[in-house]
Amino acid sequence: MLQLSNILIDGVVYGMVLFVISVGLSVTMGLMRFINLAHGAFAMAGGYLAAWLIREQGFPFFAGLALAIAATMALAAVLEAFVFRRLYARTELQQVLFTIGFTFFFIASVNFLAGAYIQQIPLPAWLQGSITLGARTLPTQRVLVAAMGLGVVLLLWLLIVRTRFGIWLRASVDNSAMSSSLGINIRLVQCATFAFGAGLAALGGVLGAELMPLEPYYPLKYLVLMLVVVAVGGLGSVSGTLCAALLLGIVDTASKYLASGFGNFFFYAAMILLLALRPHGILRRR
Amino acid sequence: MDRSESLRAGAVRGITFFPWQAYLAALVFIAVLYWLFPGNLLFLTRVAILALLVMSLDLVTGYAGLPTLGHAALFGMGAYGAALCAKHLTGDPLLGLAVASGSGALLALVSGLFLVRYQGLAFLMLTIAVVQVMQNIASKLQSITGGDDGLSGFEVAPVFGRFEFDMFGVTGYWYSMILLLLSFIVLQRIMSSPFGLSCVGIRENRDRMSANGTRIYPQLVKLYVIAGAFAGLAGGISAQVNQIVGLDSMGFELSAEALVMLVLGGTGNLVGAIVGTALFSGIHHFAATANPFHWLFVIGGLLMIVVFLPKGALQLVARRLAGRVLSLFGRHA
Amino acid sequence: MSLLKIESLRKSYGGLKVTDDVSFALSEGERMAIIGPNGAGKTTLISQVAGALSSDSGRIFLGGEDITAWPGHRRVGQGLVRTFQISKLAPDIPVIDQLALAIHQRDGSIRNMWRHKDSYAQVLDEASAILRSLHLSAAERRTPSEMAYGDQRLVEVALALVLKPRVLLLDEPMAGVPRSEAQLILDALERLPAKLAVIIIEHDMDLVFRFAQRILVLANGAVLADGTADEIRNNDIVRAVYLGKGGNS
Repeated sequence: MLQLSNILIDGVVYGMVLFVISVGLSVTMGLMRFINLAHGAFAMAGGYLAAWLIREQGFPFFAGLALAIAATMALAAVLEAFVFRRLYARTELQQVLFTIGFTFFFIASVNFLAGAYIQQIPLPAWLQGSITLGARTLPTQRVLVAAMGLGVVLLLWLLIVRTRFGIWLRASVDNSAMSSSLGINIRLVQCATFAFGAGLAALGGVLGAELMPLEPYYPLKYLVLMLVVVAVGGLGSVSGTLCAALLLGIVDTASKYLASGFGNFFFYAAMILLLALRPHGILRRR
Repeated sequence: MDRSESLRAGAVRGITFFPWQAYLAALVFIAVLYWLFPGNLLFLTRVAILALLVMSLDLVTGYAGLPTLGHAALFGMGAYGAALCAKHLTGDPLLGLAVASGSGALLALVSGLFLVRYQGLAFLMLTIAVVQVMQNIASKLQSITGGDDGLSGFEVAPVFGRFEFDMFGVTGYWYSMILLLLSFIVLQRIMSSPFGLSCVGIRENRDRMSANGTRIYPQLVKLYVIAGAFAGLAGGISAQVNQIVGLDSMGFELSAEALVMLVLGGTGNLVGAIVGTALFSGIHHFAATANPFHWLFVIGGLLMIVVFLPKGALQLVARRLAGRVLSLFGRHA
Repeated sequence: MSLLKIESLRKSYGGLKVTDDVSFALSEGERMAIIGPNGAGKTTLISQVAGALSSDSGRIFLGGEDITAWPGHRRVGQGLVRTFQISKLAPDIPVIDQLALAIHQRDGSIRNMWRHKDSYAQVLDEASAILRSLHLSAAERRTPSEMAYGDQRLVEVALALVLKPRVLLLDEPMAGVPRSEAQLILDALERLPAKLAVIIIEHDMDLVFRFAQRILVLANGAVLADGTADEIRNNDIVRAVYLGKGGNS
């Protein structure tokens, strides 16, 4: 029984991290039909920046985190406007190749600038302890991750369902040609969404630094993970991504606890099953 | 000269029938390489093996338009097949190749029946899943595959009873190069047939093919099996020449590298596969010796540039060169 | 015996009836036009006849045989061919190769993996001949992306004809074709084989009255009227619903 709740908790935390990192990719792919295999680079950028700011420059944890996210968002916005935008009209294969090339380049740059060792993000003292919630004692860090994940879900829900930007976004995902003829500034929506998704990825990179260590090959190592979550969840679907991330997070954690000899087998088997049944996304009917 | 003769003499959009002189020239080129670079035979052999893998990938991704990141599964299957054949059945290399090719084709059939029902991103993801699952299985079946340590300790008999596989790599070089050439000839033939044309048709407009009454699913399964046979063959050659098979022969990384090689050289015409492999391997060879990360700069940069080149720019240059060469033989291209 | 018989075809999407108890029969060589306001369900009907969409109920007979459950490709094999409202041509394959593909499919040689596709002299000659009959010989080696839209629509008709249909379903063949190129298509339609039964969906009334001996008027998924051109022209209900409403396209 204890093990089951451990699996659930760890699985949910892992799923939350996957969600926060991947949701930006899902929306980007749904909105701009742009397969961005370099998405992991933003998660890594966030992590590296946060590590540098907090460790080297002495910023307090949350300040460093906020700054890292902001910087990543700025970087993403610039890249979107000047580079990635040119790829929207190109074929899937070309997008895949360009973004893989970009990822390689990014990895080499990071290695050049920061070396090949794992980046540690020092946690403030209060985060290093444990919290007792009811009958369970959990590491505070885990609780924080889960809480922030939930916060992101709430924020996204508010943004998408309650604001005008959200309406623009949903309209554009559904039909961008129509939306732009209705006066919605598509370029702005695209750029903002891309940047925001990158910012979330940066947050995820920092939050997940313990589960997914930050080192130069990060974007490639975890690329498949992100793609799986996005594919299973359905492009452009936030709720689908959440569902998929939690499901896959729990499955992967469970298999690590219960059947560690099998490696990623169950994760991929689950993915095959889910994709085969719902090739357009877990919550989609199309 | 009647219509079919005039058409046969020419090229129809990238599907060319090379005249036999071209193949002779290729043979001569292989000999020249051997003579020029006696110390780099192992490297050249590796290029030949990978080129064969990438050609087989071209069938699925270039001709049929299905980008896949799981092709190494078929390569690995062939490699383990050949190795296990040598270890438990017979050391005869040609028989080993038959087993390798058959294994690749079998896996392609089993996975293809399922995979080929999908397209685009779903297909891509599923191919990744297949290769990861296969790698996991190979890792788990340690007693058979050697797991992380790899499968070794098998001996491959000399080819035709005379040519031994030794550490100098002479036999290996000729073995892989000739097999590459022969495979090229066969694949050229297959993809220039009505069947090959139908695969291109499926890539360009599936609805059109359906409207003609063509059943897409069986055509793609057949193509996938053919691709599997040749990928398996490449794996088998690799196993026999290197006399060891590792888990990385069934990995996502190899699949991704193959795709990159294919795109660098140009999709949809088999020659691009060879050119791209040579280019990528050459760059990797030189750049990686300095600092393993530096070659990522080069390859990354190349990939980004290639995408922005006008469609098939490399191919255009290649075709112009080929045209000049062919006209020397009195043919038009 | 009729060549094509549709019996009480029905299809709904939720509460919306897109095909509402449609029945008609077509004989060899008969030319019928289906007209109706936008959203009447004309293309949906054609798609069901062609096998691209499944019906909720009703039956389809081809040459007396019940083909309701048959998948689309099987119907093509038996001579039931359709064209599309928006051209479905492979953009970068030369026109003659696309025709060859259709011929290979028809003759079964599409499975061949050994002979060079250009060694099939008969196939290529047939493809050339049909292009010649449509005055498209110059475009033989061109790809659709290099051709005028009107020519592309002609190629689409050529592709349909090459499959040797008994029944041809033409979905708005004139759609999107500029006035200057319209005549080519009209000529082609006029020269269709006499024994071929044709159903044409069109909005251009001139073409409809010129081409069709029989007209089926569809509205809200149901058959409003079914008769000769004259009968339809003089039908009050039809005029009110469709023709009379400034219906001049």
